[in-house]
Amino acid sequence: MKFWRTPLDVDKLVVPHGEVHIIWERCKGCGFCVEYCPRDVLELSEEFNSKGYHPPKVVNADRCVSCNLCESICPEFAIYCVNTTQPEGGKTDGTD
Amino acid sequence: MVPTDPQGVLTGAHFLDGDYACAEGAMAAGCRFFGGYPITPSTEVAERITQRFPMMNGIFIQMEDEMASMNAVLGAAWAGKKSMTCTSGPGFSLMMENLGLGVMLETPCVVVNVQRGGPSTGLPTLPGQADMMQARWGSHGDYEIIALSPNSPQESFDLMVDCFNLSERYRVPVLFMMDECVGHMTERVVIPSAENILVEERRYTADPPDKHLPYKADENLVPPMTPTGKGYRFHVTGLTHDERGYPVINADAQNKIVRRLVEKIRKNAADIIMLEEEQVAGADVVVLSYGISSRVVIPAVEKARSQGVKVGTMRLITVWPFPEERIREIAANVNSLVMVELNLGQVFLEMDRCARGQCKTFLVPHCGGWVHDPEDIYNVLMEAAK
Amino acid sequence: MTQTAQATNEHPMAEWLRMDRMPHIWCSTCGIGIVVTCFTEALKKSGIDPNTVAIVSGIGCTGRIAGYIRLDSFHTTHGRAIPFATGLKLGNPRLKVVVMSGDGDLVAIGGNHLIHAARRNMDITVICVNNFTYAMTGGQVGPTTPTTAYASTTPYGNYENPFNLPRLAASSGAVYVARWTALHLRRLTKSIGEALHKKGFSFIEVVTPCSTLYARKNRLGSGLDLMRFYHDSSEIEHHAELEKINIEFQKKIVVGKFVDEERPTFIDGYNARMKEVFGDKFKEYGEENGQN
Ligand SMILES: Cc1ncc(C[n+]2csc(CCOP(=O)(O)OP(=O)(O)O)c2C)c(N)n1
Ligand code: SF4
Ligand code: SF4
Repeated sequence: MKFWRTPLDVDKLVVPHGEVHIIWERCKGCGFCVEYCPRDVLELSEEFNSKGYHPPKVVNADRCVSCNLCESICPEFAIYCVNTTQPEGGKTDGTD
Repeated sequence: MVPTDPQGVLTGAHFLDGDYACAEGAMAAGCRFFGGYPITPSTEVAERITQRFPMMNGIFIQMEDEMASMNAVLGAAWAGKKSMTCTSGPGFSLMMENLGLGVMLETPCVVVNVQRGGPSTGLPTLPGQADMMQARWGSHGDYEIIALSPNSPQESFDLMVDCFNLSERYRVPVLFMMDECVGHMTERVVIPSAENILVEERRYTADPPDKHLPYKADENLVPPMTPTGKGYRFHVTGLTHDERGYPVINADAQNKIVRRLVEKIRKNAADIIMLEEEQVAGADVVVLSYGISSRVVIPAVEKARSQGVKVGTMRLITVWPFPEERIREIAANVNSLVMVELNLGQVFLEMDRCARGQCKTFLVPHCGGWVHDPEDIYNVLMEAAK
Repeated sequence: MTQTAQATNEHPMAEWLRMDRMPHIWCSTCGIGIVVTCFTEALKKSGIDPNTVAIVSGIGCTGRIAGYIRLDSFHTTHGRAIPFATGLKLGNPRLKVVVMSGDGDLVAIGGNHLIHAARRNMDITVICVNNFTYAMTGGQVGPTTPTTAYASTTPYGNYENPFNLPRLAASSGAVYVARWTALHLRRLTKSIGEALHKKGFSFIEVVTPCSTLYARKNRLGSGLDLMRFYHDSSEIEHHAELEKINIEFQKKIVVGKFVDEERPTFIDGYNARMKEVFGDKFKEYGEENGQN
């Protein structure tokens, strides 16, 4: 990530990360998520689902910042993102 | 049934016209929501309600038209209120689509029609009974409806309580088919004390939300209501639906729901039908009538009896559902059945159908605007006795 | 990444939707589902008890919303959602009543109810999905179809003037008026949240893609192309002059929050008047009158 000036707490900044889940069969292939994902995480797949649509697939999993835009813009309720941000120390939280 | 909320009961003897008595009956029955649009000769019902509602925590809204009125009534009923509207011919026509919604959603409520002369704007200030078939069939599709008809201000009061009770018991809009004469006639009306007015409370489901099916009927074919705002997260739709209330667009689902909507009234007809019969046993001629016409019939019947004709009378207090079996029974034992109504033959058609050719049938027609001349009724009675 | 059907129940919307009715009937690239998500997000954030929320819809593609959102929901008749909602609200003032329906439903056949509910400041929220056409019945011209646009009943182009919905709602008396497109996810969600908390009649127009009919009949591509168009052609201008925000065919769409003010509601007015007349004898009509 580039900053126009280096924040004082840059060493503590955690880049959020998310894991995208696609409900393959519910998708109607509108492409909204692919178009509007700010991080180009998604791409329409070549394969069809059983309704004949091309659901998206994750092509840049690492780049997802868990902004949930794909989830909000999906008119089919067919994609969602789970926040998997690792806090410093590499653990998800204190309970695992 | 339980004694009603005393707040709405104006116990005592009063001189009231039929419209005011109807309003008093509604309030005594526990009605606390009124949505309506003014129209002669029914407006006095709304006026009486607006005077008295603030003191009993009732809420009145004058809607922008009758389509809005009908829907507001349905909405308020689903919110938990006993609800009503009141209108006359033109407004009744505008309510028809959403009366059907009330039937489909199985919404308890009461619609009053103080009938005037039609078609169209017709005779705003003069009586008619020509909306009777519209009451039965006015909304599209197959359904059964309940309609009562009073012949005095006292009965206007009494039957309004019955209207609300029937609507709660069978989850169906009940039509109160008055006429301008009864609406504007002033007579003594005795209003009992609250503990003597029994009302049907809304029957809500006992099932918890996760087990609840909004349209699963009981043995009486009536489903208990689902309360709004209590976590049931239920759905209702005017589309053909299943027990869950979900739309299902096929002939099977249609067959199930339409049959139940019809059967819940037909199977319970004996509980719903109220008739007043006099000297029917052994009669040669039986005269049927309802509303104001039932009072105009009296001198004609007396005159015919004085001429030795054995005349019986039947007054339809419940017009819909029609007392099919009883008419059939009577038709088997008399020479003639005669219908007196302020139209050119509406309920007559039902009477004629039920008689099934077992006896002769006669109509004493009238286009409305006034009541029958008893002489005209008498002449038909004499003809019928031949 | 999971691509399995068992992920179905994990979708964060699952508890807000009738999952047993999915997939819904809306076409690919139709925007109505987005409005549902934004509404749900707004409701979640609002802190309002969802069990006290009732959704009322009329008839149309948008009208089907009531069947999918897992709240108390009423799918009524064409045009009559607002009067039904009025009855619900007055019958039980404890309920938060939200109308979601199409532009044809709310503004053509139901137009009279819209202006009167706004005039009365009935305490309900109305979300109007404007796809510029009567979609459910096959893409006929409607009260919002831009002049010159094609519809199945204007095969030579529309020659009528459309309504400017924010202006209509505002001049009728709505206390909260906004317009967004289905692409303005965050702003629309925020706006719905504000409307839910607004006492009185709130109105939000959401310009939404209808791919199958409006886009196709006007050769505008898919719903995605319409979303791109919204991206390029919408301009945010809060408190814009309402007479200047008509929507012309494929021209600029001014979005924003246009009205946000206070005025006594229908029930406030009733209570105030009755207290003046009857004094302490009058018991205020309010939440405690919601019976069940
Ligand atoms: C009284 C009545 N008239 C006509 C119809 C047919 N009808 C169903 S939906 C609809 C138009 C819906 O358009 P809109 O409200 O814009 O919703 P959309 O489908 O575009 O979401 C019409 C005319 C009806 N159901 N009822
Ligand atoms: S959550 Fe945001 S970044 Fe991640 S895939 Fe969805 S839209 Fe892209
Ligand atoms: S016809 Fe248009 S509005 Fe209706 S579901 Fe399809 S895209 Fe959506």
